[in-house]
This record gives sequence, structure tokens and C-alpha cells, in this order.
Amino acid sequence: MASPLYLIPLLPLAASLLLGLAGSRLPRVVVAIIGVGATAASFVLTAWAGSHFLSGSLQGQTQVLYRWLSLGELQPSIAFYLDPLSLVMCAVVTFVGALILLYSAQFMAEDDGYARFFCFMNLFVGSMLTLVLADNLLLLYLGWEGVGLCSYLLIGFWYRERRNVTAAFKAFLITRVGDTALLIGLLLIFTQLGTLQIQELMQRASLQWPVGSSLAVAAAALLLGGAVGKSAQLPLQTWLPDAMAGPTPVSALIHAATMVTAGVYLIARMHVVFELAPIVQWLVALVGAATLLLAACSALTQWDLKRVLAYSTMSQVGYMLLALGVGAWSAAIFHLFTHAFFKSLLFLSGGVVIQGLEEEHNILKMGGLRRDFPLAFWTFLIGAASLSAIPWVTAGFFSKDAILNAAYGSNVGFWLAGLIGALLTSVYAFRMVFLVFFGERRLEPRRRQGLVTAVPLVVLATLAVVAGYLNLPHGGTGAFTALLRGSFLSTASAAPGEGGAAASLQVLPIIATLAGLAIAALLYLRQPRWAENLGTAPAIRVLHRFWFVGWGFDWLYSRLFVRPWVYLARLNRADFVDAFYTGLAAVTIALHRLLSLSQTGRVRSYALAAAVGTLVLLAVVVLR
Amino acid sequence: MTLVWLIAIPLVGGILSFALSRFSALAARVLALVAMTAQLSLAITLWPSSTSAADPWLQALQARWIPQLGISFSLTIDGLSLLLILLTGLLGIVSVGISWSQIDERVGLFHLNLLWVLAGVTGVFLAMDLFLFYFFWELMLIPMYFLIDLWGHERRHYAAIKFFLFTQLSGLLMLVAIVALFFTHLQQTGVATFEYQQLLSTPLAPLSGMLMMLGFLVAFAVKLPVVPLHTWLPDAHTQAPTAGSVVLAGLLLKTGGYGLIRFVVPLFPEAARAFSVPALVLAVIGILYGAHMAFAQTDMKRLIAYTSVSHLGFVLLGVFTWNALALQGAVIQMLSHGVSTGALFVLAGILQHHLGTRDMAAMGGLWRVVPRLGAAMMFFSMAALGLPGMGNFIGEFLTLLGTYHLSVSFAVVAAAGLILALVYSLWLLDRVLYGPSRDPLAIPDLRASELAIVAALALAILCLGLAPQAFLNISAQALDALLGPGGAP
Repeated sequence: MASPLYLIPLLPLAASLLLGLAGSRLPRVVVAIIGVGATAASFVLTAWAGSHFLSGSLQGQTQVLYRWLSLGELQPSIAFYLDPLSLVMCAVVTFVGALILLYSAQFMAEDDGYARFFCFMNLFVGSMLTLVLADNLLLLYLGWEGVGLCSYLLIGFWYRERRNVTAAFKAFLITRVGDTALLIGLLLIFTQLGTLQIQELMQRASLQWPVGSSLAVAAAALLLGGAVGKSAQLPLQTWLPDAMAGPTPVSALIHAATMVTAGVYLIARMHVVFELAPIVQWLVALVGAATLLLAACSALTQWDLKRVLAYSTMSQVGYMLLALGVGAWSAAIFHLFTHAFFKSLLFLSGGVVIQGLEEEHNILKMGGLRRDFPLAFWTFLIGAASLSAIPWVTAGFFSKDAILNAAYGSNVGFWLAGLIGALLTSVYAFRMVFLVFFGERRLEPRRRQGLVTAVPLVVLATLAVVAGYLNLPHGGTGAFTALLRGSFLSTASAAPGEGGAAASLQVLPIIATLAGLAIAALLYLRQPRWAENLGTAPAIRVLHRFWFVGWGFDWLYSRLFVRPWVYLARLNRADFVDAFYTGLAAVTIALHRLLSLSQTGRVRSYALAAAVGTLVLLAVVVLR
Repeated sequence: MTLVWLIAIPLVGGILSFALSRFSALAARVLALVAMTAQLSLAITLWPSSTSAADPWLQALQARWIPQLGISFSLTIDGLSLLLILLTGLLGIVSVGISWSQIDERVGLFHLNLLWVLAGVTGVFLAMDLFLFYFFWELMLIPMYFLIDLWGHERRHYAAIKFFLFTQLSGLLMLVAIVALFFTHLQQTGVATFEYQQLLSTPLAPLSGMLMMLGFLVAFAVKLPVVPLHTWLPDAHTQAPTAGSVVLAGLLLKTGGYGLIRFVVPLFPEAARAFSVPALVLAVIGILYGAHMAFAQTDMKRLIAYTSVSHLGFVLLGVFTWNALALQGAVIQMLSHGVSTGALFVLAGILQHHLGTRDMAAMGGLWRVVPRLGAAMMFFSMAALGLPGMGNFIGEFLTLLGTYHLSVSFAVVAAAGLILALVYSLWLLDRVLYGPSRDPLAIPDLRASELAIVAALALAILCLGLAPQAFLNISAQALDALLGPGGAP
């Protein structure tokens, strides 16, 4: 008997409903138990389903809850599909989700919106699980929009501050642009292939569409449009840094570990369509490479701890897209997997520091905090090390290494981008570490860390180190790749990277990482003067400013779209169409006035008019 | 006889309510509520137990009226009519309920007018004789005029006259077209009849067919509304009392969509086909322009009113796409829009009642003050922006899917409307719910009765979004019959 898959998303959704209806009347302890418990229970169910699955034949299996609607060929069901890919995603979402919710139980303890927070977070977890488990694109789209809604609600969680609400609005709007592309993709796919069921449509696509056919290209491009919106990649990346206005656990769960990787999941899930459109797949890699570089540069210049992490997420998701683009499907998912641990770890340990300093986000004002927050320091250090891919001892090393290997096998330009990115990553990661925890102590912490928040930090830190050993390259276990092979069966290049870079070139990423660490140590630990001197050069200042504002995309979009839209709206508030009707009414009234002028009540003028009229008529008759 | 009762209950209920109000306003309200509940219950009993019969008509009734002119009292119900009558019953109860605490003057007369509008709407959905149809069309107009003019807000006279002129003038065009169709049919066949079924197969010359089609189209386009015939709508919706706005947005606009599906295309298939590209262009313009205008507003009810222009553009799109997917989408869109926009007007009405203003600049931070109302407004705004899981998404998705079959470009441009829908929906929330609260506002949150209304509408919208199949099945036969053979995509 297989475990009921539908319970995995349903439990958090039910918890969300319960908390939404009755949360404000429940004591906080109960709210926390429901809020954390539901997602934890989902994790247990996932583990149960996973163990069944792994001990079975590893074939994808579908469970239908009910038929959603049925109109001719359109037969989408509320149905869930379990295969290695969705299993990995479920495991990440429920495991990291449960840990982050546990952390939140203490982190958010003093907030008045305690129940509302857990209600939205569980709604998010449920929607995300629906997204990854959906057996058809329509249900996937339901989850896709659901997570967008939760992201909006949680970014604007502290809605009394305009800034937060604007950030939430921006995030939902920009992702909606991508979502609409995805929706049009659904229209195309259904019209051409006659189904929205993912496995079925991929089969039909590979039969019906020759490689490089224009329909395949259009479909893949539209899916990519959806992915870049959700995953904050070029050109729809601008919402992510602002999204940091939400509470830190939200940033950790939604804007680092899970939702922003939904685009990666979508492309991996629909990989057959992308393989039929090599040009779009190349574009995926290009978008990933460009985003990872742009975002890494911007990360170097931020002073807000959470914004550094946001740009870092953007950059790391760029790596995942790069991997997808070169056909290294399982490498992309493996990086998604390790990234979920080390990035949420960075957010959570950073959150401890931020909360301890009473909402101080500015890393330039921090310093020397390693003795005040020992656990946060060590866990943040592990997270930063994993992010920078410190060789052999961190999970990030193995996952990034796999991507760079695969990129080298495909296109040296992409590999080079990844290499430079590795250097930059290590610089900004250790810039944070050195600025926050080393040097002079300038701020007095007001609060100590709670015990409950320590548990997730320790667990995630452990995973940020050991998760890499699930997939040792070069003759290692490679268990992760082997597992995922079940999801990417049709793929010819199921195990890229085997024929990747030569051993001598494989040293380069390691050198890049260590060089980045050295640069960061030099500039932010040993010789801070140098960093200051560097900052005074005019060219550097301009560049710094440009990177700081995220390469000016906000500026551009504001002028291209937002301002004309608002301007036109203000201009035409009264609806110019109505002017026609009011004009018509005005003319009618004017004519009415004119005619009523003739109604003078003087018999003389009436007689005159009658006489003139008679004469005119006579003249007409006579003169004809 | 059930069909007669569906119309008679609100008609008689209105009169009785008026009579009772001389003794007790409460009795008048209770009676109106009972009448609308009875109508809804009666309509539910018509829900077919099986949908396998080949005949789309669930019930029919025909009585002689003016036989010399071929006018009969002919009422028929099929799945399409049934769904819209269920919506009428539901929103009828909502309108009576929401007026409970908001209408204090001339309570009896108010309910007389309200129930008569509802009776007119029901008649429009049932009448199968064009003369009778026109009669009901007028019946819903005049009481609506009084609802706006007597119980409306500050510019009620202007809005009421504007509403009357637009509807009446376009209605007259339809009357001319009805009479023209009658005489053409008489000439061709020698049979004098206003009966829909018989007029269906009237052969028409292209030009006269086009002119008659336009006569009908204009009447329905004003109601739907279609840009550029929409400008009565923001005034009427804004100035009407809450119940009036709910009935206007929820039901009166639907008579336009219903008329397009039932009459325009089936009676004049060639002309409709010839006119389909301009109609689709107007639909897309309506979707985008309505959304843009909604965003531009500062008056909360006006904003919601313009969203109707945008949402019902999808109905026009679906009707002129004329395939099973798009039509089903249009029907679901009409039902969902009726429920979700009705609910938004309920909420806006409650806010206006407490705050004494509709100006969004004077609001902000209300989520903290009235969390239940805030959550409800959030919910229905999400429905309005087409969040999957809610009915509006199903309507829009099916319509777009059908349109995509016909024309990729129309579907793509219309889909851009989904982005704009998000802009105005979030803008509404942004202005009303978010931000710092103004001065310490002490307005009451939703009361139990209001909560019940909102919860019922929320359930309806979730039902339409998550389990739409029951509704699709009901309308499928009616639509298949209208589409005729080969109509399926």
C-alpha cells in the first residue's frame, strides 16, 4: 500500500485554513504546534513515501484525487506524481520548511501577527508541495500562483510600512509577468499536444515535434519566461532584493530555499521540451551565466546583510540555470539541494544576528560579533564556506564542481563565467563573515539567541557540510545522480561531467575560491584601508554605484513601464470615452436652450414667424 | 408551472413586502428574504439528476398570449438559464441581506423595486418569446432606475438618468431589430411568430441580417458592457446603493452576456461570424482598457466597477470565439464574476456605510482595524486577479484556451489582461488595507450576518474554481445545442 501522496500538500493547507479561521483565538503555543507540526508531518509522510519509493521499482507513480474538470481533451485532475525529482523537491521543501518553521516559532514570538504568519507559511508550503507534486501543468500552475500569492502576503507581512507593501506588490507583479508567459505556454502546449499531463505531453512532444521545430522553441521559450520570473533571473530579477522586506524566516524559506528554485524545477521537469529546442536551452544557460555574474557583482556592493544574501541567491540560481542549459539536469537539482541547506542556514544565522542587534541590517556597522553570537558565527561561517565552495569539506563544493565540469564540456564561455562567479562568490561570502564577525566590535547586542532557534542552525550546518557526500564525483558514490536518472531517462546526456574538464583545469575553480577568500581576507580583515582607498577612485565609485543599484534595471523599468502607465492613468482618470457622451448631452442641452429662446410668449413674434414661414413656403412653391 | 413561480415569487414578494412595510419594516425585510430564499430553493429543485438526456431543455411552458400577433407566454429553462437563475437567487438573498442595516428609508418601496428587478432578470433568463423577452428586459430597467435614483449616493440623479438613457436607447434598437426579424420571418414563411425556436431558422439577406444583429448586439453590448458603450456603468455602479451595485454587477451585466450567447449568435450566425473580428478586437480593448481605467480610480466602488469592464471582456471574447471551450469559459466567467464582484461591492458598501466615504485616499491600514473584512477583501481581490483555485481562473483559462484555438494573437493580448488585473487588484488592497492606519478608526468589523454572506460567496467561488465540473455539465448540453453540429473545437 503506497502512502497517500495527497496528504503531503493537504496537511499544511489544512493547517493554514485552521489557523486562518481560528488562529487569532488560539494560544500561541497551540498555533506553533499546529504550524510547525503540519509541515513536520508532511516531512514524515514524504519520508514514508520516499522509503516505499526507493525500495520499489523507482517508477514514477501517479495518484489521482479527483478529476478537476473534463471538457473534450482537457482532462486535468487533482493528481500527484511521485518520481525521483519530485521526491527530492518534496524532501527539501518539507524538511527545510519544518526546520524554518521551528525557528520561526521562537523568532516570531513577539509579533502580533503570530497566527497570521503560520497561516501564510503553511499555505506556502502546501502550495509549493502542490507545485512539485502536480501531475499536470494546470495543477502545477495552481501551485505556482499559490506560492506567488504567499510570497506577496509574506513580503508584505508587516503591511503598515509602505516600503514593505511596495516590495510585495513589485514581487507579485514581476513574477506575474513570467507567470503569464507560462500560462500562454500552457495554451500552446494543450492546443498542439492535446494534453497537459506532464509525462504524457513530453512523450507526445518528442514524437510530434522535431528537434528545433518552431513550436518546440516557442513552448520552451514560454516556459523559460515563467521560470525567469519565479527564479529571479534576467530580465525579471529585480523583485528579489526588495523581497527581503519580509521577515527573515520568509526570506530563508521562500526567497532562498524553495520558491525561487521553482523555475529550476519547472525546466528540469519539462526537460524534454527544452531538449527539443536547443536554441532555448542555450538561452537558459546564457541567462544563468549572465545572472550569476551580474548578481555576484551586485552582492559585492551591498551593505544590507539580507540584500547580499538575496543577490547571492540570484547568482546561485543562475548556476542552476547554467547547469540546466548545458543539459546537466541532475547537477542543477543537486545544487538546488545543497543550496537549500546552506542558503537557508545563512539567512537563519544572519537573522539571529539581525534580531540580536534590534533589526540592524547594515554589515558596515557590525563587526567583532563572533563572541556575542558564537553559534550564529560558526554556523554562518559553515554556510559561507559552503556557498563559496571551499573544497572537499563543504556540500557547495561538490555541487558547484559538477556544474562547472558540465559547463566545460559544453561551452568554455559558460565555464569561464562560472569560474569568475566562483571567485566573486567567495569574495562576497567572506566579506560578510569578516565584516560581521571580525574586526572591531561596534554594536552592543541586546538579545541572546533562543534555544529553539539553535536546533535548525545545527541541523542545517551539518547538512551544509555532509550533503555533498551524497554525490561524490569521479568514481565516488554518485547516489544522487543515480537516483535522479529515473527522472531524466530520456536524456542522452544523463551523466554529463564525466568527460568534463581535464584534471589540471579542475584545479582552477579551487584556486578561484581560495583566491576569493584571500582577497576578502586582505580587504576586509587585514588591510581595510585598501578597500577604502579603492572605493575613492572615481571609476570604481561609478561602478560600485551601478552594481549597488542592481545594474539600473529598476531605473529602466520604472521609466519604460511604470511611469507611462501611471501617467496615462492620471491623464485619463475621467475616461475620455465619456467625453463623447457628455458632449452629446451638452449639445442637446444647448439646442434645447436655443429653441426655448424662441418661446418668448409674445404673440407678435409668433405671428411674424408664422408669416415669414408662409412666405418662404409660398416662394418655394411659386419659384419652382 | 415551476417556471412561472420563479418569476411570480419575487413579483408577488415585492408587492407583499411593500404592503407589509406599512406595519413593520422588519416584516418587509423578512418577507423579501423569504421570497428570495424560496426562489433559490425552487431553482435548486430544477437541477437535473442526470445530464444524459439529448434534449437540452429541462422544462418548458407555453401559453397563448396575443395569438393574432404570434406572441405567446413562452418560458423555457436549460442549463445555461438554470445556472444564471441560481446566481440570481443567491445574489438576491445577498442583496436583501446587505440592505438590512443599510437601507432605512422607504423600506417597503425599496424591496418592491429590488424584487421586481430580480423578477425581471429571472424573466430575461427564461423568456423564449422575443416579445416577452423584451417585456422582461424593460421590467428590470425601470425598478433599477428607481433603486439608483431614490436610494443612491450623492450623484444619484445623474447616474440614474445616464443608466436609463443608455439602456433604454439601446433597448429600443433591439426592439426595432425584433420587429424587423418578425416581419422578415412573416414574409418568408407566412407565419407570424415571436417564438425563438421558430425564428432561429429565418433566412436573412446579409445586409438586413447584419443590421438586425447589430440591433441586438448594441443592446447587449451596453449591458455587458463593451467599450466604448461602457460609460454609464461606473456612474451607475458607484452611485447605486450596495444592493443595487450587487444586482447591477452581479446580474444585470450577465443579461448582456446571456443575450449574446442565446440570441445574437444563434439568430444571426452568418452576421455574427462576419462581425467576429471587430467583436474580438472590442473584447480585447475592453479587457485592457477596463483594467487600465480601474487602476486610475480613486473611488473604491468606481475601481471595482471598471474591473467589470475588464472581466466581461472575456465573456465577449468567449462568445465571438464560439467554440465549446470558450463558451464554457464565458459561462463560468459570468458566474464567477457575479459572485466575486458582488462580494467586492458588498465589502465596499459596508466600508462606505461605516466610513461615510468611498475615497481610497482617506483609507489605508484597514486590515488592522477590520481584520475579517480585510481578509475577505484579500480573498475576493485574489479571485478578481484570476488566482487558480477560484472560479474566475477557470473562466478566464477556458476562454483563453478556446480563443487560442481560433487565434493565437487575440489569446496572447487578452492574457496580458491578467497582468493588469493583478495591478488593479493589488492597488485596491494597497490603498485600502495596507499602510499605516489613519487616525484611530473605530469601525466595526463584519457582523455575523455579513460574515455569513461573505462566507457563502467565498464558498461559491471556491466551488467554481476547484470543482467546476458540476457547472460545466449543466451548461454543456445547452451550449452544445447552441453550437450545433461541428461546433466542438
